[in-house]
Amino acid sequence: MQRGLDSQTKKQLEEEEKKIISEEHWYLDLPDLKEKESFIIEERSFMPCEDLLYGRMSFKGFNPEIEKLMVQMNSKSKKEEIEVDDKMEADVSDEEMARRYETLVGTIGKKFLKKRDQRVLHDEDEDENSNTRPKKAKKMFLKPQD
Amino acid sequence: AGSGKMAAEARVGQVVLPGDVLLLPARPEHDAEQLPLDSGAAPRGRLLCGPGLRRCAAGLLVTKCGLLRHRLRHRQPGGGGGATAGGAYWVDSQQKRYVPVKGDQVIGIVTARAGDVFRLDVGGSEQASLSYLAFEGATKRNRPNVQVGDLIYGQFLVANKDMEPEMVCIDSSGRASGMGVIGEDGFLFKVSLGLIRKLLAPKCEIIQELSQLYPFELVLGMNGRIWVKAKTVQQTLIIVNILEACEYMTSEQRKQALAKLSGN
Repeated sequence: MQRGLDSQTKKQLEEEEKKIISEEHWYLDLPDLKEKESFIIEERSFMPCEDLLYGRMSFKGFNPEIEKLMVQMNSKSKKEEIEVDDKMEADVSDEEMARRYETLVGTIGKKFLKKRDQRVLHDEDEDENSNTRPKKAKKMFLKPQD
Repeated sequence: AGSGKMAAEARVGQVVLPGDVLLLPARPEHDAEQLPLDSGAAPRGRLLCGPGLRRCAAGLLVTKCGLLRHRLRHRQPGGGGGATAGGAYWVDSQQKRYVPVKGDQVIGIVTARAGDVFRLDVGGSEQASLSYLAFEGATKRNRPNVQVGDLIYGQFLVANKDMEPEMVCIDSSGRASGMGVIGEDGFLFKVSLGLIRKLLAPKCEIIQELSQLYPFELVLGMNGRIWVKAKTVQQTLIIVNILEACEYMTSEQRKQALAKLSGN
């Protein structure tokens, strides 16, 4: 009776089916080759062997772009892959940028101060020259004394 | 009458024939537990097996006839893993027929335009393909100005015996770095591959002597093609003749020929 097969018998049947299928598969009956970490790299190009120069050349200023390229490529092969960052000519110099950012941080920071702090700041700005004037203390919460 | 198997170092500079086996010094096996003993003779790092040689069980098997060369490569400062140190062996052979190799920079002639791809003749058994997007700053709208018959200096992206060779005119970072269409005028001619390698060697006397003559521009392709351009046709032809002849001239003969020219 095939009505209710147990899980066990089901599993057995499945395993038998798998065995039959895998036995029919073909496989190579070779011994496992031991994969040695090889120290030899095969290479079909002459470039790494002989350290050849760059193929485009120009002499005595016939083509100035190629002459610049020659210098760049041939020095690249000696010091391998040092990226030469061409400094682009900036409209605004680095120092100016630094100065501008310095003041910018202050200006934007003021926007986010609370009203009381703004007043203190404003007073400070007014009296920059006379440092002797005592600064107004910020009003803090005073706990009422019983 | 050299024997079949000899140590590799012993045969550097000698003629080797296909079928010779070159033995390499035994390398200490690196186990996880043992510290590798530093035997001073064996170079650490990987050995580069260049053109004309193949790896085999005992060592290196020679596949081309020529002179065996050896070079010690230095470790890069700050490089990791010692992958580029060690030595390099290769066979210096002579041939005129070029076989495309990945990474080689060659001069190709545009023979046809098939849709989005150019067909280039590089002197190999098959024509190479070059996509129109493989130029610096090329987009679908902004197509490069390449006509049939133009000369292109590019490098191989794909080059093996199973696939059609593919070329590109940009490097891995997307910049042209000198590759692309070679300009107008000039003269293209073919020489053997050994001469190209001689001319591209770091301190080549031929190139240094020629550069003293007059201003000119030179493009050397690894497929044996050279393109020369100078101010006048006569100067161009002089340079072409010298380059073609210098393969079989000794250095004295060459200096005599150049002295006669600069005297004129």
